[in-house]
Amino acid sequence: MDIYFLEAMINGVLLGGVLALLALGLNLIFGVIDVVWICYADIVMCGMYAVYFLYTQYGVPLPLACVIAIVGVAGLGVLVHLLIIAPVLDSPPLNQLLATGGLLFFLQSFATLLFGTDFRNIGVRLPVLEIATMYVSFARLIAFGVGLVGAIALYFFLKRTYVGIAIRAIAQDREIVGLMGIDQRRVYLVVSAIGGALAGLAACLLALQYDVHPFIGNTFGPVIFMICVLGGLGNMIGGFIASFVISQIITIGGYYASTEVSYVFAFTFFIVLMLIRPRGLFAP
Amino acid sequence: MLSLASVSAGYGSFQALFGVSLDVSHGEAVGVIGPNGAGKTTLMRVISGIIPMREGAMRLEERSIGGLPAHLMVEQGIAHVPENRRLFPRLSVEENLRIGAFIPAARARFHEQLDWVYNLFPRLKDRRRQLAGTMSGGEQQMCAIARALMSKPKVLLMDEPSAGLAPLVVSQVFDLVSKIRAEGLTVLIVEQNVQQVLDVVDRAYLLEVGAIKLSGTAAELKGNSFIRESYMGL
Repeated sequence: MDIYFLEAMINGVLLGGVLALLALGLNLIFGVIDVVWICYADIVMCGMYAVYFLYTQYGVPLPLACVIAIVGVAGLGVLVHLLIIAPVLDSPPLNQLLATGGLLFFLQSFATLLFGTDFRNIGVRLPVLEIATMYVSFARLIAFGVGLVGAIALYFFLKRTYVGIAIRAIAQDREIVGLMGIDQRRVYLVVSAIGGALAGLAACLLALQYDVHPFIGNTFGPVIFMICVLGGLGNMIGGFIASFVISQIITIGGYYASTEVSYVFAFTFFIVLMLIRPRGLFAP
Repeated sequence: MLSLASVSAGYGSFQALFGVSLDVSHGEAVGVIGPNGAGKTTLMRVISGIIPMREGAMRLEERSIGGLPAHLMVEQGIAHVPENRRLFPRLSVEENLRIGAFIPAARARFHEQLDWVYNLFPRLKDRRRQLAGTMSGGEQQMCAIARALMSKPKVLLMDEPSAGLAPLVVSQVFDLVSKIRAEGLTVLIVEQNVQQVLDVVDRAYLLEVGAIKLSGTAAELKGNSFIRESYMGL
């Protein structure tokens, strides 16, 4: 096999790790609260700015800056729920979409107002590893490793803890969880905090690889939504697998053509698949 | 132990219960019978807090519990086995039981409670890793009852436990009810299956169009000509 092709595949797997993290967060929120956070990628943008400013302007060590960003974005997730989602929980889905869509424009415009449209980089240059004449970005390797650990931690949380099982139970029958002594509103807050924390974690990993600017969310937001729909909205395992399918298409497409064209491939694949399997790759 | 005084409730502009009063003593099994649409399920839902009470009073062991939301009712000691079982189909049997023990007091004694429930229903222990939705209707009913018992309730509410089950399984479900009674639990059970429910309860109320029409011991109601004609087809 062509060594460059293999390199593209490896980079695809590594890219999939971060996308999977975001797909998990979005699917968790949709599956449990039944609301789509259209602004999810822009919440990631907020996290990236947090890492950037803490590290470059305030001299906070990078690991600590990441921890603060994750906690901060988790808090932002709770605020999004309390201020934006909770008031429209019983409204038609379209109104909920408009509310979170409105937040998307608000966050982008507010970031532009505060920080301007400059591309900012945290300036951490991680080495590029050379493995058997293939080049693999160390930043991507970290992103993949941490993303995987995050996904596994989430899995055990949902599988082993009372709150985790309650989260899965709500996604299956939200009407009767009260009979189990579960306060739905509290679980929604927990889920929003976890969704925020996952976005914060992804923000730290993305800040190592990309410049932050107010519209960075537009570059990967649509891809994450495509992944979630492809895996079946709310289906966490489906979204996880779809992340790797899409990231392969993007990197292998990049190998044969160019990165821009590879997104055309990915979305073409998505559109065709939606015609064949409108409820997602893994719908029963 | 549990007492309702002139409780009214409904959905929107529709009133389903009109001043219902009933009492359940400690260790007693009480039935509520009546036709479809009489408000039996509404009654259960009001007691467990899914539907707010509009008027009246509700007490459990002399404590006023009227108006509490469902998740706080469980902590007061009320467990509700809902109509159609409503297990979490994609959780395993044991995960369903864990959810039943969600409140802090129940978490602390999860293992002893689980042992007790498995002892009561050994079948569930064999199936503990199976997804609840893949079991038969009778087993699911068993699991739904066990899930409610996990919170160690003072009063167990059962809404139509025999609904949608094959006749042979229905008798098995009533055997389960007798088994729970033998454990000394206080039970309030709503049923359309009048003949069989009167065999397992001490007393019963007849609910028609949202109001209590008759009440008495199981033996009295079995002998009542109106009940015999209208509800037992005799």
